[in-house]
Amino acid sequence: MSIIKTDKLVFEYIRRDEDGNVEGITRAVDEVTLKIKQGDFIAILGHNGSGKSTLAKHMNAILCPTEGSIWVDGRDTREESEVWNIRQTAGMVFQNPDNQIIGQVVEEDVGFGPENMGVPTAEIWERVEESLKAVGMYKFRKYSPNKLSGGQKQRVSIAGVLAMHPKCIVLDEPTAMLDPNGRKEVIRAVRALNDVENVTVILITHYMEEIIHADKVFVMDKGRIAMQGTPREIFSKVEELKELRLDVPQVTLLAYELQKKGIALPDGILSIEELTDEIVKYSRKEGR
Amino acid sequence: MLRDITLGQYYQTESVIHRLDPRVKLAGTVIYIISLFCFHHVWGYLCAALFLFAVVKLSKVPFKFMIKGMRSILFLLLITVVFNLFLTPGETVLTIWKLHITKEGIRIAVFMVIRLTMLIIGSSLMTLTTTPNNLTDGMEKAMRPLRLFHLPVHEIAMIMSIALRFIPILMEETDKIMKAQIARGADFESGNIFKKAKAMVPLLVPLFISAFRRANDLAMAMEARCYRGGEGRTKMKPLVYKKRDAAAYLLLFTFLAGSIVVDRIPNMIAKTPAEEQAVMTERVLTETCAESDDLHVEAQAIIYKIK
Repeated sequence: MSIIKTDKLVFEYIRRDEDGNVEGITRAVDEVTLKIKQGDFIAILGHNGSGKSTLAKHMNAILCPTEGSIWVDGRDTREESEVWNIRQTAGMVFQNPDNQIIGQVVEEDVGFGPENMGVPTAEIWERVEESLKAVGMYKFRKYSPNKLSGGQKQRVSIAGVLAMHPKCIVLDEPTAMLDPNGRKEVIRAVRALNDVENVTVILITHYMEEIIHADKVFVMDKGRIAMQGTPREIFSKVEELKELRLDVPQVTLLAYELQKKGIALPDGILSIEELTDEIVKYSRKEGR
Repeated sequence: MLRDITLGQYYQTESVIHRLDPRVKLAGTVIYIISLFCFHHVWGYLCAALFLFAVVKLSKVPFKFMIKGMRSILFLLLITVVFNLFLTPGETVLTIWKLHITKEGIRIAVFMVIRLTMLIIGSSLMTLTTTPNNLTDGMEKAMRPLRLFHLPVHEIAMIMSIALRFIPILMEETDKIMKAQIARGADFESGNIFKKAKAMVPLLVPLFISAFRRANDLAMAMEARCYRGGEGRTKMKPLVYKKRDAAAYLLLFTFLAGSIVVDRIPNMIAKTPAEEQAVMTERVLTETCAESDDLHVEAQAIIYKIK
Protein backbone atom coordinates (compact mmCIF):
# COMPACT_ATOMS: atom_id res chain seq x y z
CA MET A 1 0.00 0.00 0.00
CA SER A 2 1.27 3.46 -0.75
CA ILE A 3 1.90 5.68 2.24
CA ILE A 4 1.81 8.88 0.19
CA LYS A 5 -0.09 9.34 -3.00
CA THR A 6 -0.58 12.55 -4.94
CA ASP A 7 -2.81 13.18 -7.89
CA LYS A 8 -2.07 16.16 -10.13
CA LEU A 9 -0.98 18.18 -7.13
CA VAL A 10 -0.73 21.90 -7.80
CA PHE A 11 0.33 24.60 -5.39
CA GLU A 12 0.49 28.29 -6.18
CA TYR A 13 2.11 31.00 -4.10
CA ILE A 14 0.16 34.19 -4.53
CA ARG A 15 2.16 37.37 -4.09
CA ARG A 16 0.21 40.39 -3.04
CA ASP A 17 1.13 44.06 -2.90
CA GLU A 18 0.44 46.27 0.13
CA ASP A 19 -3.25 46.73 -0.71
CA GLY A 20 -3.79 43.00 -1.01
CA ASN A 21 -4.10 42.98 -4.80
CA VAL A 22 -2.68 39.95 -6.53
CA GLU A 23 0.67 40.87 -7.98
CA GLY A 24 1.69 37.59 -9.40
CA ILE A 25 1.23 33.86 -9.06
CA THR A 26 4.09 31.43 -8.80
CA ARG A 27 3.33 27.82 -9.48
CA ALA A 28 5.66 26.05 -7.07
CA VAL A 29 4.30 22.57 -7.61
CA ASP A 30 2.86 21.74 -10.98
CA GLU A 31 0.69 18.67 -11.51
CA VAL A 32 2.81 16.25 -9.55
CA THR A 33 1.54 12.71 -9.47
CA LEU A 34 3.51 10.20 -7.47
CA LYS A 35 3.15 7.16 -5.24
CA ILE A 36 5.43 6.28 -2.36
CA LYS A 37 5.49 2.77 -1.01
CA GLN A 38 5.53 2.03 2.73
CA GLY A 39 9.06 1.25 3.94
CA ASP A 40 10.89 2.83 1.01
CA PHE A 41 13.79 5.23 1.10
CA ILE A 42 12.83 7.98 -1.29
CA ALA A 43 14.99 10.89 -2.34
CA ILE A 44 13.65 14.03 -3.93
CA LEU A 45 16.27 16.03 -5.77
CA GLY A 46 16.19 19.46 -7.26
CA HIS A 47 18.07 22.72 -7.21
CA ASN A 48 16.81 25.82 -5.41
CA GLY A 49 13.29 26.84 -6.31
CA SER A 50 12.40 23.55 -7.94
CA GLY A 51 9.42 23.13 -5.63
CA LYS A 52 10.75 20.25 -3.60
CA SER A 53 10.28 21.93 -0.21
CA THR A 54 6.78 23.00 -1.12
CA LEU A 55 5.96 19.43 -2.04
CA ALA A 56 7.39 18.25 1.27
CA LYS A 57 5.22 20.64 3.23
CA HIS A 58 2.15 19.10 1.65
CA MET A 59 3.08 15.72 3.07
CA ASN A 60 2.72 17.11 6.58
CA ALA A 61 -0.44 19.11 5.89
CA ILE A 62 1.39 22.36 6.57
CA LEU A 63 0.33 23.46 3.11
CA CYS A 64 -2.89 22.53 1.38
CA PRO A 65 -2.99 21.89 -2.37
CA THR A 66 -4.41 24.59 -4.62
CA GLU A 67 -5.58 21.93 -7.03
CA GLY A 68 -5.38 18.16 -7.08
CA SER A 69 -5.07 16.05 -3.96
CA ILE A 70 -2.63 14.33 -1.69
CA TRP A 71 -3.35 11.36 0.55
CA VAL A 72 -1.13 10.47 3.48
CA ASP A 73 -1.79 6.93 4.65
CA GLY A 74 -5.13 7.12 2.91
CA ARG A 75 -6.15 10.42 4.52
CA ASP A 76 -6.91 13.48 2.45
CA THR A 77 -4.91 16.44 3.82
CA ARG A 78 -7.72 18.84 3.05
CA GLU A 79 -9.89 17.38 5.76
CA GLU A 80 -9.50 19.56 8.85
CA SER A 81 -10.30 16.75 11.25
CA GLU A 82 -7.47 14.60 9.90
CA VAL A 83 -4.69 17.19 10.15
CA TRP A 84 -3.34 15.99 13.50
CA ASN A 85 -3.45 12.35 12.48
CA ILE A 86 -1.56 13.19 9.32
CA ARG A 87 1.10 15.12 11.20
CA GLN A 88 1.50 12.14 13.48
CA THR A 89 1.80 9.74 10.56
CA ALA A 90 4.25 11.84 8.59
CA GLY A 91 6.78 13.59 10.79
CA MET A 92 8.86 16.39 9.43
CA VAL A 93 12.46 17.52 9.99
CA PHE A 94 13.43 20.96 8.75
CA GLN A 95 16.58 22.56 7.48
CA ASN A 96 17.72 24.79 10.30
CA PRO A 97 18.50 22.73 13.40
CA ASP A 98 18.29 25.75 15.72
CA ASN A 99 14.82 26.76 14.65
CA GLN A 100 13.09 23.49 15.35
CA ILE A 101 14.34 22.56 18.78
CA ILE A 102 11.87 23.72 21.37
CA GLY A 103 13.14 22.18 24.60
CA GLN A 104 15.98 23.50 26.68
CA VAL A 105 17.25 20.01 27.36
CA VAL A 106 17.64 17.33 24.69
CA GLU A 107 15.28 14.86 26.32
CA GLU A 108 12.59 17.50 26.82
CA ASP A 109 12.71 18.41 23.18
CA VAL A 110 12.28 14.81 22.12
CA GLY A 111 9.34 14.56 24.50
CA PHE A 112 7.62 17.60 22.99
CA GLY A 113 5.81 15.70 20.22
CA PRO A 114 4.44 12.93 22.46
CA GLU A 115 3.41 15.58 25.01
CA ASN A 116 1.34 17.31 22.35
CA MET A 117 -0.26 14.03 21.39
CA GLY A 118 -1.36 13.41 24.96
CA VAL A 119 0.77 10.33 25.53
CA PRO A 120 0.86 9.27 29.22
CA THR A 121 3.99 10.36 31.12
CA ALA A 122 5.53 6.91 31.62
CA GLU A 123 5.21 6.12 27.94
CA ILE A 124 6.75 9.47 26.94
CA TRP A 125 9.90 8.47 28.83
CA GLU A 126 10.02 5.11 27.07
CA ARG A 127 9.58 6.72 23.68
CA VAL A 128 12.21 9.38 24.38
CA GLU A 129 14.71 6.76 25.43
CA GLU A 130 14.17 4.50 22.43
CA SER A 131 14.20 7.40 19.95
CA LEU A 132 17.39 8.88 21.34
CA LYS A 133 19.01 5.45 21.24
CA ALA A 134 17.88 4.98 17.65
CA VAL A 135 19.77 8.08 16.52
CA GLY A 136 22.69 7.49 18.88
CA MET A 137 22.11 10.56 21.03
CA TYR A 138 21.12 8.86 24.28
CA LYS A 139 24.21 9.89 26.18
CA PHE A 140 23.49 13.54 25.39
CA ARG A 141 19.97 13.44 26.82
CA LYS A 142 20.71 15.84 29.67
CA TYR A 143 22.60 18.36 27.48
CA SER A 144 21.41 21.75 26.42
CA PRO A 145 20.80 21.80 22.64
CA ASN A 146 23.02 24.88 22.43
CA LYS A 147 26.04 22.79 23.31
CA LEU A 148 25.58 20.28 20.50
CA SER A 149 27.05 20.39 17.00
CA GLY A 150 24.81 20.89 13.97
CA GLY A 151 24.74 17.20 13.10
CA GLN A 152 23.90 16.28 16.66
CA LYS A 153 21.10 18.85 16.75
CA GLN A 154 19.64 17.44 13.57
CA ARG A 155 19.76 13.94 15.05
CA VAL A 156 17.88 15.26 18.08
CA SER A 157 15.27 16.70 15.72
CA ILE A 158 14.96 13.32 14.04
CA ALA A 159 14.56 11.66 17.43
CA GLY A 160 11.87 14.23 18.25
CA VAL A 161 9.90 13.15 15.21
CA LEU A 162 10.62 9.48 15.84
CA ALA A 163 9.16 9.70 19.34
CA MET A 164 5.79 10.40 17.76
CA HIS A 165 5.96 6.93 16.15
CA PRO A 166 5.38 8.08 12.59
CA LYS A 167 5.09 5.72 9.65
CA CYS A 168 6.97 8.15 7.50
CA ILE A 169 9.58 10.87 8.03
CA VAL A 170 9.95 13.76 5.65
CA LEU A 171 13.35 15.42 5.86
CA ASP A 172 13.46 18.80 4.19
CA GLU A 173 17.13 19.43 3.37
CA PRO A 174 18.26 18.29 6.81
CA THR A 175 21.94 18.54 5.90
CA ALA A 176 21.98 21.87 4.06
CA MET A 177 23.42 23.76 7.01
CA LEU A 178 25.85 21.10 8.20
CA ASP A 179 29.52 20.41 7.65
CA PRO A 180 30.54 17.18 5.84
CA ASN A 181 30.91 15.24 9.10
CA GLY A 182 27.52 16.34 10.36
CA ARG A 183 26.03 15.44 7.02
CA LYS A 184 27.40 11.91 7.22
CA GLU A 185 26.14 11.52 10.79
CA VAL A 186 22.61 12.52 9.83
CA ILE A 187 22.45 10.38 6.71
CA ARG A 188 23.73 7.39 8.65
CA ALA A 189 21.03 7.89 11.26
CA VAL A 190 18.35 8.23 8.61
CA ARG A 191 19.46 5.10 6.82
CA ALA A 192 19.47 3.15 10.06
CA LEU A 193 15.89 4.19 10.68
CA ASN A 194 14.87 2.99 7.28
CA ASP A 195 16.74 -0.31 7.55
CA VAL A 196 16.06 -1.19 11.16
CA GLU A 197 12.74 0.41 12.01
CA ASN A 198 11.33 0.21 8.52
CA VAL A 199 10.20 3.82 8.61
CA THR A 200 9.45 5.31 5.21
CA VAL A 201 12.00 8.05 4.60
CA ILE A 202 11.51 10.91 2.19
CA LEU A 203 14.78 12.78 1.93
CA ILE A 204 14.77 16.10 0.18
CA THR A 205 18.20 17.28 -0.77
CA HIS A 206 20.45 18.72 -3.38
CA TYR A 207 23.48 16.69 -2.40
CA MET A 208 23.94 13.86 -4.84
CA GLU A 209 26.02 11.72 -2.49
CA GLU A 210 23.06 11.40 -0.17
CA ILE A 211 20.75 9.72 -2.61
CA ILE A 212 22.87 6.79 -3.73
CA HIS A 213 21.28 4.53 -1.11
CA ALA A 214 17.72 5.48 -1.99
CA ASP A 215 15.25 2.97 -3.35
CA LYS A 216 13.78 5.52 -5.68
CA VAL A 217 14.72 9.05 -6.72
CA PHE A 218 12.49 11.82 -8.00
CA VAL A 219 14.17 14.77 -9.68
CA MET A 220 12.15 17.95 -9.66
CA ASP A 221 12.49 20.96 -11.87
CA LYS A 222 10.19 23.99 -12.12
CA GLY A 223 7.60 22.28 -9.96
CA ARG A 224 7.37 19.18 -12.13
CA ILE A 225 8.87 15.76 -11.77
CA ALA A 226 11.57 15.75 -14.41
CA MET A 227 13.05 12.30 -13.84
CA GLN A 228 12.36 9.30 -11.67
CA GLY A 229 13.96 5.94 -11.12
CA THR A 230 16.64 4.17 -9.11
CA PRO A 231 19.83 6.12 -8.34
CA ARG A 232 21.67 4.07 -10.95
CA GLU A 233 19.15 4.93 -13.62
CA ILE A 234 19.24 8.58 -12.70
CA PHE A 235 23.01 8.83 -12.62
CA SER A 236 23.46 7.16 -15.95
CA LYS A 237 21.83 10.24 -17.52
CA VAL A 238 24.66 12.63 -16.80
CA GLU A 239 23.80 15.04 -19.60
CA GLU A 240 20.16 15.34 -18.55
CA LEU A 241 21.15 16.02 -14.96
CA LYS A 242 23.53 18.73 -16.09
CA GLU A 243 20.70 20.37 -17.96
CA LEU A 244 18.72 20.41 -14.71
CA ARG A 245 21.67 22.15 -13.06
CA LEU A 246 22.41 19.18 -10.86
CA ASP A 247 25.81 17.64 -10.26
CA VAL A 248 26.45 13.95 -10.28
CA PRO A 249 28.82 12.47 -7.69
CA GLN A 250 32.44 12.89 -8.72
CA VAL A 251 33.00 9.15 -9.14
CA THR A 252 30.06 8.92 -11.51
CA LEU A 253 31.34 11.92 -13.41
CA LEU A 254 34.81 10.38 -13.68
CA ALA A 255 33.35 7.11 -14.97
CA TYR A 256 31.27 9.08 -17.44
CA GLU A 257 34.30 10.99 -18.74
CA LEU A 258 36.29 7.73 -19.03
CA GLN A 259 33.41 6.23 -20.97
CA LYS A 260 33.49 9.16 -23.35
CA LYS A 261 37.20 8.57 -23.88
CA GLY A 262 36.38 5.07 -25.05
CA ILE A 263 36.84 2.97 -21.93
CA ALA A 264 33.93 0.53 -21.74
CA LEU A 265 32.42 0.94 -18.30
CA PRO A 266 28.83 0.27 -17.22
CA ASP A 267 26.47 3.25 -16.73
CA GLY A 268 25.69 4.87 -13.40
CA ILE A 269 28.66 3.94 -11.24
CA LEU A 270 28.00 5.14 -7.71
CA SER A 271 31.01 4.38 -5.51
CA ILE A 272 34.78 4.46 -5.63
CA GLU A 273 34.94 0.71 -4.92
CA GLU A 274 32.64 -0.01 -7.81
CA LEU A 275 34.72 2.09 -10.20
CA THR A 276 37.96 0.47 -9.04
CA ASP A 277 36.50 -3.00 -9.58
CA GLU A 278 35.22 -2.08 -13.01
CA ILE A 279 38.52 -0.55 -14.07
CA VAL A 280 40.43 -3.60 -12.83
CA LYS A 281 38.02 -5.83 -14.76
CA TYR A 282 38.40 -3.66 -17.85
CA SER A 283 42.17 -3.54 -17.80
CA ARG A 284 42.41 -7.32 -17.35
CA LYS A 285 40.15 -7.80 -20.33
CA GLU A 286 42.18 -5.37 -22.41
CA GLY A 287 45.52 -6.75 -21.25
CA ARG A 288 44.67 -10.24 -22.40
CA MET B 1 32.17 31.83 24.87
CA LEU B 2 28.74 33.21 24.34
CA ARG B 3 27.12 29.83 24.12
CA ASP B 4 28.30 28.91 27.58
CA ILE B 5 26.42 31.65 29.37
CA THR B 6 24.13 30.45 32.10
CA LEU B 7 20.62 31.79 32.03
CA GLY B 8 19.19 33.47 35.04
CA GLN B 9 21.77 32.65 37.63
CA TYR B 10 21.18 29.01 38.33
CA TYR B 11 23.85 27.47 40.54
CA GLN B 12 24.28 23.78 39.78
CA THR B 13 24.64 21.60 42.86
CA GLU B 14 22.79 18.88 44.71
CA SER B 15 20.77 19.98 47.73
CA VAL B 16 17.39 19.61 49.37
CA ILE B 17 16.45 23.10 48.27
CA HIS B 18 17.35 22.34 44.65
CA ARG B 19 15.15 19.26 44.70
CA LEU B 20 12.10 21.02 46.13
CA ASP B 21 9.10 21.54 43.91
CA PRO B 22 9.33 24.96 42.23
CA ARG B 23 5.85 25.79 43.49
CA VAL B 24 7.06 25.45 47.06
CA LYS B 25 9.94 27.77 46.36
CA LEU B 26 7.70 30.29 44.66
CA ALA B 27 5.21 30.25 47.52
CA GLY B 28 8.06 30.39 50.01
CA THR B 29 9.59 33.43 48.39
CA VAL B 30 6.27 35.25 48.27
CA ILE B 31 5.48 34.46 51.90
CA TYR B 32 8.97 35.43 52.96
CA ILE B 33 8.78 38.77 51.14
CA ILE B 34 5.36 39.58 52.58
CA SER B 35 6.56 38.68 56.06
CA LEU B 36 9.47 41.12 55.69
CA PHE B 37 7.01 43.95 55.28
CA CYS B 38 4.85 42.88 58.22
CA PHE B 39 7.52 43.11 60.89
CA HIS B 40 7.73 46.15 63.15
CA HIS B 41 10.51 45.15 65.48
CA VAL B 42 14.02 43.81 65.34
CA TRP B 43 12.77 40.47 66.62
CA GLY B 44 10.84 39.66 63.48
CA TYR B 45 13.84 40.44 61.31
CA LEU B 46 16.09 38.39 63.52
CA CYS B 47 13.71 35.49 63.06
CA ALA B 48 13.63 35.95 59.28
CA ALA B 49 17.42 36.25 59.16
CA LEU B 50 17.78 32.98 61.05
CA PHE B 51 15.35 31.32 58.66
CA LEU B 52 17.20 32.72 55.64
CA PHE B 53 20.54 31.63 57.03
CA ALA B 54 19.25 28.10 57.56
CA VAL B 55 17.89 27.90 54.00
CA VAL B 56 21.10 29.30 52.51
CA LYS B 57 23.13 26.70 54.41
CA LEU B 58 20.79 23.94 53.22
CA SER B 59 21.02 25.09 49.60
CA LYS B 60 24.82 24.72 49.57
CA VAL B 61 25.07 27.81 47.37
CA PRO B 62 28.15 29.86 48.31
CA PHE B 63 27.16 33.06 50.05
CA LYS B 64 29.11 35.24 47.63
CA PHE B 65 26.60 34.41 44.89
CA MET B 66 23.85 36.06 46.91
CA ILE B 67 26.00 39.11 47.50
CA LYS B 68 26.45 39.36 43.74
CA GLY B 69 22.74 40.06 43.44
CA MET B 70 23.14 42.88 45.93
CA ARG B 71 25.51 44.83 43.72
CA SER B 72 22.77 45.62 41.24
CA ILE B 73 20.54 47.25 43.84
CA LEU B 74 23.26 49.14 45.68
CA PHE B 75 22.22 52.38 44.01
CA LEU B 76 18.56 51.85 44.84
CA LEU B 77 19.55 51.12 48.40
CA LEU B 78 21.52 54.35 48.62
CA ILE B 79 18.62 56.44 47.34
CA THR B 80 16.22 54.80 49.76
CA VAL B 81 18.51 55.49 52.68
CA VAL B 82 19.14 59.14 51.75
CA PHE B 83 15.48 59.95 51.21
CA ASN B 84 14.31 58.25 54.35
CA LEU B 85 17.08 59.76 56.40
CA PHE B 86 16.41 63.36 55.46
CA LEU B 87 12.76 63.53 54.59
CA THR B 88 11.11 61.77 57.51
CA PRO B 89 9.58 64.32 59.88
CA GLY B 90 10.19 63.89 63.58
CA GLU B 91 12.67 64.60 66.37
CA THR B 92 15.80 66.18 64.88
CA VAL B 93 19.08 64.60 65.82
CA LEU B 94 21.49 66.30 63.45
CA THR B 95 21.20 69.21 61.03
CA ILE B 96 23.37 69.52 57.95
CA TRP B 97 22.80 72.79 56.16
CA LYS B 98 19.00 72.80 55.61
CA LEU B 99 18.49 69.09 56.00
CA HIS B 100 17.49 67.44 59.21
CA ILE B 101 18.26 63.93 60.19
CA THR B 102 15.53 62.69 62.48
CA LYS B 103 15.34 59.87 64.91
CA GLU B 104 12.41 58.36 63.02
CA GLY B 105 14.31 58.76 59.75
CA ILE B 106 17.24 56.76 61.04
CA ARG B 107 14.91 54.08 62.27
CA ILE B 108 13.07 53.79 58.94
CA ALA B 109 16.28 53.92 56.91
CA VAL B 110 17.85 51.12 58.91
CA PHE B 111 14.74 48.98 58.56
CA MET B 112 14.56 49.69 54.84
CA VAL B 113 18.15 48.54 54.34
CA ILE B 114 17.54 45.37 56.29
CA ARG B 115 14.32 44.72 54.40
CA LEU B 116 15.76 45.21 50.93
CA THR B 117 18.92 43.25 51.65
CA MET B 118 16.98 40.29 52.95
CA LEU B 119 14.49 40.56 50.11
CA ILE B 120 17.20 40.39 47.45
CA ILE B 121 19.06 37.56 49.11
CA GLY B 122 15.85 35.61 49.56
CA SER B 123 14.63 35.99 46.00
CA SER B 124 18.04 35.39 44.44
CA LEU B 125 18.17 32.21 46.47
CA MET B 126 15.12 31.04 44.57
CA THR B 127 16.62 31.74 41.13
CA LEU B 128 19.93 30.25 42.21
CA THR B 129 18.36 26.95 43.17
CA THR B 130 15.70 26.61 40.43
CA THR B 131 16.38 26.12 36.71
CA PRO B 132 14.49 28.63 34.52
CA ASN B 133 12.70 25.66 33.04
CA ASN B 134 11.47 24.46 36.37
CA LEU B 135 10.48 27.96 37.27
CA THR B 136 8.23 28.40 34.23
CA ASP B 137 6.74 24.96 34.87
CA GLY B 138 6.04 25.92 38.44
CA MET B 139 4.48 29.22 37.43
CA GLU B 140 2.30 27.51 34.86
CA LYS B 141 0.98 25.07 37.40
CA ALA B 142 0.66 27.61 40.20
CA MET B 143 -1.22 30.09 38.01
CA ARG B 144 -3.55 27.47 36.59
CA PRO B 145 -6.59 28.78 38.50
CA LEU B 146 -6.23 32.07 36.59
CA ARG B 147 -7.44 30.27 33.49
CA LEU B 148 -10.91 30.84 34.87
CA PHE B 149 -10.38 34.50 34.03
CA HIS B 150 -9.35 33.55 30.48
CA LEU B 151 -5.70 34.21 31.14
CA PRO B 152 -3.69 32.06 28.67
CA VAL B 153 -1.48 30.55 31.37
CA HIS B 154 -0.07 27.72 29.29
CA GLU B 155 0.75 30.03 26.40
CA ILE B 156 2.53 32.52 28.67
CA ALA B 157 4.65 29.73 30.14
CA MET B 158 5.42 28.43 26.64
CA ILE B 159 6.47 31.90 25.48
CA MET B 160 8.72 32.27 28.49
CA SER B 161 10.45 28.95 27.97
CA ILE B 162 10.92 29.56 24.23
CA ALA B 163 12.35 33.00 24.99
CA LEU B 164 14.80 31.41 27.39
CA ARG B 165 15.75 28.84 24.79
CA PHE B 166 16.44 31.50 22.16
CA ILE B 167 18.38 34.02 24.25
CA PRO B 168 21.76 32.33 23.68
CA ILE B 169 21.00 31.77 20.00
CA LEU B 170 20.12 35.41 19.46
CA MET B 171 23.16 36.51 21.45
CA GLU B 172 25.38 34.49 19.19
CA GLU B 173 23.62 35.95 16.20
CA THR B 174 24.11 39.50 17.50
CA ASP B 175 27.77 38.76 17.87
CA LYS B 176 27.95 37.46 14.31
CA ILE B 177 26.11 40.44 12.81
CA MET B 178 28.23 42.83 14.82
CA LYS B 179 31.43 41.29 13.50
CA ALA B 180 30.07 41.31 9.95
CA GLN B 181 29.20 45.00 10.22
CA ILE B 182 32.52 45.87 11.80
CA ALA B 183 34.23 44.05 8.95
CA ARG B 184 32.37 46.35 6.59
CA GLY B 185 33.46 49.44 8.46
CA ALA B 186 30.70 49.98 10.99
CA ASP B 187 31.77 51.79 14.15
CA PHE B 188 30.02 50.79 17.36
CA GLU B 189 32.49 52.28 19.79
CA SER B 190 33.22 55.96 19.23
CA GLY B 191 30.97 58.98 19.53
CA ASN B 192 28.50 60.15 22.15
CA ILE B 193 25.46 58.26 23.28
CA PHE B 194 23.28 59.44 20.39
CA LYS B 195 25.87 58.48 17.84
CA LYS B 196 26.23 55.08 19.47
CA ALA B 197 22.48 54.58 19.45
CA LYS B 198 22.38 55.44 15.78
CA ALA B 199 25.17 52.97 15.11
CA MET B 200 22.99 50.23 16.55
CA VAL B 201 20.50 50.47 13.68
CA PRO B 202 22.52 48.34 11.23
CA LEU B 203 22.80 45.81 14.04
CA LEU B 204 19.19 45.75 15.11
CA VAL B 205 17.52 45.60 11.71
CA PRO B 206 19.13 42.32 10.59
CA LEU B 207 18.71 40.92 14.08
CA PHE B 208 14.98 41.60 14.07
CA ILE B 209 14.52 40.21 10.59
CA SER B 210 16.33 37.06 11.57
CA ALA B 211 14.35 36.78 14.80
CA PHE B 212 11.08 36.97 12.89
CA ARG B 213 12.28 34.36 10.43
CA ARG B 214 13.27 32.10 13.29
CA ALA B 215 9.89 32.61 14.93
CA ASN B 216 8.18 31.65 11.70
CA ASP B 217 10.29 28.52 11.31
CA LEU B 218 9.79 27.53 14.90
CA ALA B 219 6.02 27.95 14.67
CA MET B 220 5.99 25.68 11.65
CA ALA B 221 8.18 23.09 13.37
CA MET B 222 5.92 23.16 16.42
CA GLU B 223 2.82 22.67 14.31
CA ALA B 224 4.47 19.85 12.43
CA ARG B 225 4.95 18.18 15.79
CA CYS B 226 1.25 18.41 16.58
CA TYR B 227 1.42 21.40 18.91
CA ARG B 228 -2.04 22.84 19.40
CA GLY B 229 -1.96 24.72 22.68
CA GLY B 230 -2.31 23.41 26.20
CA GLU B 231 -5.52 21.44 25.63
CA GLY B 232 -5.10 17.67 25.82
CA ARG B 233 -1.39 17.97 26.40
CA THR B 234 0.42 15.64 28.78
CA LYS B 235 3.66 16.40 30.55
CA MET B 236 6.92 14.56 30.31
CA LYS B 237 8.00 15.90 33.66
CA PRO B 238 4.81 16.63 35.57
CA LEU B 239 5.18 18.46 38.86
CA VAL B 240 4.15 16.16 41.65
CA TYR B 241 4.35 17.11 45.30
CA LYS B 242 6.52 14.80 47.35
CA LYS B 243 6.83 14.32 51.08
CA ARG B 244 9.68 16.82 51.35
CA ASP B 245 7.48 19.45 49.69
CA ALA B 246 4.77 18.94 52.30
CA ALA B 247 7.43 19.21 55.00
CA ALA B 248 8.73 22.40 53.41
CA TYR B 249 5.25 23.91 53.39
CA LEU B 250 4.84 22.99 57.04
CA LEU B 251 8.15 24.60 57.93
CA LEU B 252 7.26 27.64 55.90
CA PHE B 253 4.01 28.25 57.74
CA THR B 254 5.66 27.52 61.06
CA PHE B 255 8.19 30.20 60.20
CA LEU B 256 5.48 32.66 59.22
CA ALA B 257 3.39 32.11 62.36
CA GLY B 258 6.44 31.93 64.63
CA SER B 259 8.05 35.09 63.31
CA ILE B 260 4.84 37.08 63.57
CA VAL B 261 4.38 35.95 67.17
CA VAL B 262 8.01 36.75 68.01
CA ASP B 263 7.63 40.14 66.38
CA ARG B 264 4.66 40.90 68.65
CA ILE B 265 6.38 39.93 71.89
CA PRO B 266 7.65 43.45 72.68
CA ASN B 267 4.10 44.72 72.23
CA MET B 268 2.81 42.18 74.72
CA ILE B 269 5.43 43.06 77.30
CA ALA B 270 4.84 46.78 76.84
CA LYS B 271 1.99 48.38 78.76
CA THR B 272 -1.25 49.22 77.03
CA PRO B 273 -2.00 52.94 76.49
CA ALA B 274 -4.52 52.91 79.36
CA GLU B 275 -1.92 51.54 81.75
CA GLU B 276 0.63 54.10 80.62
CA GLN B 277 -1.90 56.87 81.16
CA ALA B 278 -2.50 55.65 84.69
CA VAL B 279 1.20 55.67 85.51
CA MET B 280 1.47 59.20 84.15
CA THR B 281 -1.46 60.46 86.21
CA GLU B 282 -0.04 58.89 89.31
CA ARG B 283 3.25 60.62 88.85
CA VAL B 284 1.65 64.03 88.31
CA LEU B 285 -0.53 63.54 91.34
CA THR B 286 2.39 62.50 93.53
CA GLU B 287 4.38 65.52 92.41
CA THR B 288 1.50 67.85 93.13
CA CYS B 289 0.99 66.31 96.56
CA ALA B 290 4.60 66.73 97.48
CA GLU B 291 4.14 70.49 97.21
CA SER B 292 1.42 70.69 99.84
CA ASP B 293 0.68 68.39 102.68
CA ASP B 294 -3.02 69.19 102.69
CA LEU B 295 -3.75 67.49 99.46
CA HIS B 296 -1.70 64.46 100.33
CA VAL B 297 -4.46 62.39 101.82
CA GLU B 298 -6.96 63.11 99.09
CA ALA B 299 -4.38 62.43 96.38
CA GLN B 300 -3.62 59.11 97.99
CA ALA B 301 -7.31 58.30 97.88
CA ILE B 302 -7.53 59.17 94.18
CA ILE B 303 -4.49 57.09 93.34
CA TYR B 304 -5.96 54.21 95.23
CA LYS B 305 -9.21 54.59 93.29
CA ILE B 306 -7.46 54.64 89.91
CA LYS B 307 -5.65 51.47 90.71
